[in-house]
Amino acid sequence: MIYLRLIWSYLKIGLFGFGGGYAMLALIEREIVGPGWISKKMFTDIVAISQMTPGPIGINSATYIGYVAPAHTTAAFADNPLWGILGSLICTLTVVLPSYFLVLYTSHFIRRHRDSVAIQGIFMGLRPVVVGLIASAALLLMNDQNFGTVDADIIKSICICAAAFCLVFWTKLHPIIVILIAGVAGFLIF
Amino acid sequence: MKHQLWRLFAAFFKIGAFTFGGGWAMISIIEKEVVTKNHWVEKDEFLDLLAVAQSLPGILAVNISVAVGDKIRGFKGSIAASAGTILPSFLIILAIAIFLTPEAINTNPVLTSIFKGLRPAVVALIIAPVITSARAAKISWKTIWIPVAVALLVWSRLPVVSNPILYIVLGGLGGYLYLRRHHKMLRAADKHDNDPQLEKEDEQ
Repeated sequence: MIYLRLIWSYLKIGLFGFGGGYAMLALIEREIVGPGWISKKMFTDIVAISQMTPGPIGINSATYIGYVAPAHTTAAFADNPLWGILGSLICTLTVVLPSYFLVLYTSHFIRRHRDSVAIQGIFMGLRPVVVGLIASAALLLMNDQNFGTVDADIIKSICICAAAFCLVFWTKLHPIIVILIAGVAGFLIF
Repeated sequence: MKHQLWRLFAAFFKIGAFTFGGGWAMISIIEKEVVTKNHWVEKDEFLDLLAVAQSLPGILAVNISVAVGDKIRGFKGSIAASAGTILPSFLIILAIAIFLTPEAINTNPVLTSIFKGLRPAVVALIIAPVITSARAAKISWKTIWIPVAVALLVWSRLPVVSNPILYIVLGGLGGYLYLRRHHKMLRAADKHDNDPQLEKEDEQ
């Protein structure tokens, strides 16, 4: 039964997927493309679509794979889109479930032991690390995919990046407005 | 009370609907909605929630919303916030899967040029919280080597040392050992002053 197998795979992805969306993609590929529930080509399409649509890549891919996998593996499920919608719901919920309870349990545990030396020390040590991890995410994203490969594109991209930074950081514009402005700017200059 | 749950859901729905490029890109928007606009969480507390979300497996954006929602309104809050984060992408992807072919999205010239403008802006949205979080973490000239080293090593993509989990474990352990030593030294100093109360505590 494809749905049960999807649940099993997505529980594993949700439980062992450390380090955010892109790090999870390798795990998703092994669990979903490996057994042939979707084709390699479909997987590449899903990654591209996830980058073109808002939201976390882990949710986007789970929703998409949940929709296409039942029809791809079982001919009887191809007739009615409801089977796909059911798959979407199942995959999206199961990928979230393990970490949902882990975060909830950890938060409660921390709150209960807020004043202990151990918890205070751990957070004291974690704070500078988290700052470094955010910085590394920014460094990792300054790549060909986001800034382009041609000189002219790179210069335009750097200008957009610098302008967006000034708008968010100094003029305190809402980041959503900055995203919208950048989209319009991209449409006009690229 | 219901009103606040609804506001929590609405804030994270906005966050889910306008985040391109994954969990880290969300931080700017979440900080704006949760810390600056609604004052639900203090700046340094926000950093601790990020630490929890990043230390656990799963989707970073969802982990952050569960931690923030739970912090503000407990169990119901965590459901409202995570549902808000998930729903926009679920609905958008479902609509694409039902009505469009992947090619219609991936080769659309208008969408392609819009995204060429969006992507560099998303990078800026991640640079901004580096500075605000460094302030909240009270990073000084003495401690700045920690984030710099972590950022460069993770960026290096070398085997083993580029794994973020390594620095979460090291950071947590280092902080704990440092604070424990600090406390022991304080106690030793107190003992020296012949404080009977503290001596009793030490025996226990």
